[in-house]
Formats: sequence, structure tokens, C-alpha cells
Amino acid sequence: MSCSRMENKILGYVDGRLKESERLEVEKHLATCPACRLRVNEFRAVSELLDELPVIDPSPAFDLRVHARVAALPVKQSWWAAFLPAPRVAIAAAMLVMATVWVGTRPNNPPQIAVDDIPVVENLDVLSNFDVLTELPPPVQADDGGQTNPQM
Amino acid sequence: MARSDVQLMLDVKAGDEQSFTLLLHRYRTPLVNFLYRMVRNREQAEDLAQEVFLRVYKAREDYVPSAKFTTWLFRIATNLALNSVRDTRYQRMEISLDAPVTVGAEEGEEKTLDVAEKNPNIEQHLVEETRKKMIRHAIEKLPEKQRAAVLLHKYQELDYGEISKILQCSESALKSLLFRAYETLRVELAPLVAQHGK
Repeated sequence: MSCSRMENKILGYVDGRLKESERLEVEKHLATCPACRLRVNEFRAVSELLDELPVIDPSPAFDLRVHARVAALPVKQSWWAAFLPAPRVAIAAAMLVMATVWVGTRPNNPPQIAVDDIPVVENLDVLSNFDVLTELPPPVQADDGGQTNPQM
Repeated sequence: MARSDVQLMLDVKAGDEQSFTLLLHRYRTPLVNFLYRMVRNREQAEDLAQEVFLRVYKAREDYVPSAKFTTWLFRIATNLALNSVRDTRYQRMEISLDAPVTVGAEEGEEKTLDVAEKNPNIEQHLVEETRKKMIRHAIEKLPEKQRAAVLLHKYQELDYGEISKILQCSESALKSLLFRAYETLRVELAPLVAQHGK
């Protein structure tokens, strides 16, 4: 292995992330190359120095803030929900349909009573009993120039 | 037995809010630390970490376990961090040189030197803090993508395959990126590296 090929292997070697075959190859090179050996030692020192940085804890309110931001998200509706009417509109539409159906199922020609027919209806018994008419005296013959019914 | 990340996420998808809380507890600290080291501001890091969890929650219905959960999680976090760093790059150049020298900023406990001097153990304390500060600044000076690669590799212990997916580059390019980053760190931290070898 050449020094230039060590570039891609050196950090993996320091961190122990190389495959066994790669590790052996690197160690074989290091045994004969003081410059790469020095580089490995320096990289190892850098890696250990990076370990010295302390870990910080999130602030106590961190979780609360996340949950508050999640709670503030708008409620997501499915795509077909956009076609669903609001409850008030649905109720109004249902009432309209019911009214239409009711009107549509009513008889088409309901019996109509004209105002002028009311007296006739009141005398319906008399009019329907035609025998009364037969009991009337026979009409007087018109021999006096038009006086047909002296009672009228 | 603890449920896997993928199982928890599938449970969140099915409407289990408690599983989301478990994911939050599992990843809040790694995320806040990663983002803090990326954006160098604790408050901003927490805001970004909250945004990451919010995006995870919003994407729950479309979640398909095609990759490791951490790959997805840190990809969101990395994209947010890189955008944030680019947005605030020029603001950071305007930091006043008159600001007091501080130590202990890593823990969010900023102390001015004149206050710290009253501490009898201050010498040792200052040595340690200076050392941490050098390390932190060396990381901060790395270009954003190299910094993200180092943080994901070193602190999150993600494998090369995962990191290359997060950073959207080949594994070979990632190894080269990491090598250059460690070369820069080796130079920046040369005094400490030399001490370390003794």
C-alpha cells in the first residue's frame, strides 16, 4: 500500500472501523513508513481531544416546547374531506330534500272548491234528491205571452 | 425490550403519540449537541432541534422505513444546520472585539475571567477551559460540510454509509472529507497534540 492510499484508510484504522483484511494491510504499511505512523498517532490524539468536549443537556423546557409546537399544527384532513359539507350545510340540504320529496308526493289534482259553489254544496241534499223536483206542479203552458212561472 | 427507532416511528404513524415522546427522549440530547456544535449558539440549536422533531412528526403519515431512522433524522438536522450557518455567516463576522473574554461557554455558564480569578482552583480550571475552548474553536473553524462530517462520525458514531447519505456524497468523497478535516484539526490543535504524545 502506498502513502496516498492510506488517506482513505487512516481514520478507519484509528477508529477501529476497518475490516480485518484492510487493518492488516494498513499495519503492514505502517511497519515500514514512519511518516504514516506519525500521522496515525496524531490523528489518534486529535480523536481523543475531541472526546474531551462535554455533552450539553437540552433545557428543561425543551420537551414542552416541542409538544406545544406539535399541538399547534393544523389538523390535517384527508383529501376527500374537502368534499364533505359542513354540518349546518348538510342539515339545510337534508331539509330541502325532505321538503322537495313531500311536495312531490302530494296528489297532483286536489279537489278544488270554488267560492261560488259553496251555497250549492250547502243544499246538496236537496239537489241530490231529484224526487223533490218531480213533486213540483207541472209548468204552466205559455199562452199569456211569456209568463211561465208565476211563483218566480 | 426497547422498541427500535423504526418501530417507534411506525407506531407514531399509526397514531401513537407516546412513541413520539420516546423518540424525543432518545434523540433530543444528541440532536441538540450536534446542532450546537454546528451553529455555535445554544438557543438557536434548541430551536433547530425542535424544528427537526416537528418535521419528523409532520412527515409521520408518509414515513416509509427505507433507511435507518438516524440517517433520516440527522439528514433533516444537517440540512437545517447548514442553511442556518449560511444565513448567519455574515452576522457572526460582526461580533465585537470589545466583548469580554469568557470561559465555560460550552456549558452555557459564561464567566468572565475577573470573576473566575476569585476561585482558588482557578489555574487548573483555566487550563482545562482554555483547552476545551481551543478544541471547540478548531471544530468551529472547519468548513461546514467537514464539520458536519466530523460531528456525525465522531460524536454520533454513524457509519460511513449513513454519513455519506446524510451529506449526499460518495463514501470515497466522505473519507477524503474526513481526512482533510482531521488534517486541519491536527494543525489547529498542534500544541495539544504534541502534549498528548508526551
